[in-house]
Amino acid sequence: MPNIQELEDLATQVRRDILRMVHKVNSGHPGGSLGCTEFLVALYQAIMKTTEGFHMDGIDEDLFFLSNGHISPVYYSVLARSGYFPIEELNTFRLIDSRLQGHPTTHEGLPGIRIASGSLGQGMSVAIGAAETKKLNKDSHLIYSLHGDGELQEGQNWEAIMYAAANKIDNLISTVDLNGQQIDGSTDNVLPMGNIKAKFEAFGWLVVEIEDGNNIKSVLEGMTKAKSFTGDGKPVCVLLKTVMGHGVDFMMHTHAWHGKAPNDDQLAIGLAQNKETLGDY
Amino acid sequence: MKIYTNSGSKDTRSGFGAGLTELGKSNNNVVALCADLTGSLKMDDFKANHPERFFQVGIAEANMMGIAAGMTIGGKIPFTGTFANFSTGRVYDQIRQSIAYSGKNVKICASHAGVTLGEDGATHQILEDIGLMKMLPGMTVINTCDFNQTKAATLAIAEHKGPVYLRFGRPKVPNFTPDNGAFEIGKAVKLTEGTDVTIVATGHLVWEALEASKVLNDSGISAEVINIHTIKPLDKEAILESVSKTGCIVTAEEHNYYGGLGESVARVLSQNKPTPQEFVATNDTFGESGTPAQLLAKYGLNSAAIEKAVKNVLKRK
Repeated sequence: MPNIQELEDLATQVRRDILRMVHKVNSGHPGGSLGCTEFLVALYQAIMKTTEGFHMDGIDEDLFFLSNGHISPVYYSVLARSGYFPIEELNTFRLIDSRLQGHPTTHEGLPGIRIASGSLGQGMSVAIGAAETKKLNKDSHLIYSLHGDGELQEGQNWEAIMYAAANKIDNLISTVDLNGQQIDGSTDNVLPMGNIKAKFEAFGWLVVEIEDGNNIKSVLEGMTKAKSFTGDGKPVCVLLKTVMGHGVDFMMHTHAWHGKAPNDDQLAIGLAQNKETLGDY
Repeated sequence: MKIYTNSGSKDTRSGFGAGLTELGKSNNNVVALCADLTGSLKMDDFKANHPERFFQVGIAEANMMGIAAGMTIGGKIPFTGTFANFSTGRVYDQIRQSIAYSGKNVKICASHAGVTLGEDGATHQILEDIGLMKMLPGMTVINTCDFNQTKAATLAIAEHKGPVYLRFGRPKVPNFTPDNGAFEIGKAVKLTEGTDVTIVATGHLVWEALEASKVLNDSGISAEVINIHTIKPLDKEAILESVSKTGCIVTAEEHNYYGGLGESVARVLSQNKPTPQEFVATNDTFGESGTPAQLLAKYGLNSAAIEKAVKNVLKRK
């Protein structure tokens, strides 16, 4: 397993990938991607147990589902840098004939992706289905999923949240990225969601809070704790507090960079704040 | 002409239930999901025999479609069961993204389609579902005509890799196709040989077409009746071969003419062999409460309506 420094170096490199990808095509979603960088790096490099290569059925390995598909830049970068496909392919993000579509899809056969996402609110149901199949197959590996906080405004999530607790889906760890931002502003301004922790607990989930979701060590500790809660008859929710745009000062603490690419000058500033560690693609 | 006899009226949904029961025994990967309509969908047997493979999701169809999509990952073959309205319109985006675009091997099994659902009225009588489903790339769309064919289709779709929409209904209708007959997805079944007109029908209207053909035959009109159980992919060859002989066609379906079988047939004809066509379908309308027979009559979907359409299309030859 990589050490903390190695994970941090990878996170920095992933940040550079994100910025360069969205800058090149002048589109994409850097804000949430930057905010979830530490989480996905930790998940793929240190938390999940995966097998060599990519197998859609994912037998005898942990699986991850990205529900908030718009943060595809961080997902693609982490997948590529975890060996699922060539890192150079990040160059094709959002271009014609690319496997790296604007939102993740199985349709173009990109290794690492098991479901299309982008239209919000569907990923938790899919993750539950995969978790049910794991149980039927007597496969003790875990299912992980990631959701935006604004995404919880989609009603399907609450159908899924109710189902998971009622059916004791205890091989599932669903993480909510609590960055408090969505396209039209802060979640509190757009549609206040109240106490999300209390809501999950009221629905019968176990909840783990990670206070600094942009700190690798905190993420590792929180996810390790979440893993220890599995197998106990209840689904596990991780509330991951992150800062949208983390690591690029002018992108932080605002919804402005949810779905906007930096210009040349802004890219230069962003890259200067995230020095090359493992080599650009 | 070949005469078909009713071996005893049964509901097509029971054909689905019987097929699912058989699949439960023969295929361990088949799992069934239901949104609080287990009895209506005739899934009780499967549930009783294989409780570990039956998933009651409650009144939450969107979640059901997502769970079904996820269950395919690891090799399961999920069959979802609810009414046609809640199997399509209510969950269109879930099917579009998580099942169709994701290429998942989910079988969407939809009962109570069309006006023959009856007294519950228009909120439940979807007449747009064939159109919704056939527009999705990669989706196979099947509408079966009787108990035996629905059972056979249920078995066949388990062997087919890819998403399928299987449409059937609530009322008891004549059962006239062979018991344990073969079901080939995408292959039309010619029921009668005829020379004057082709009648292409799907679902409950196949029997109505046969009834119409008998009356027409008595008045000297020779109708070739084709059962198109698979609307997508459509058996173009069967249609073109028949109209080459008859020179005109009537399509019959328990569905809005916008988006239905008739439009798919018209596209094939306009591209390959422009042919006079009349449509037996609902005329851009919602349904209403009533008995199935009353509704078929009022909305122009019974054998009398097919006879009338045949007479109209013959004048245009």
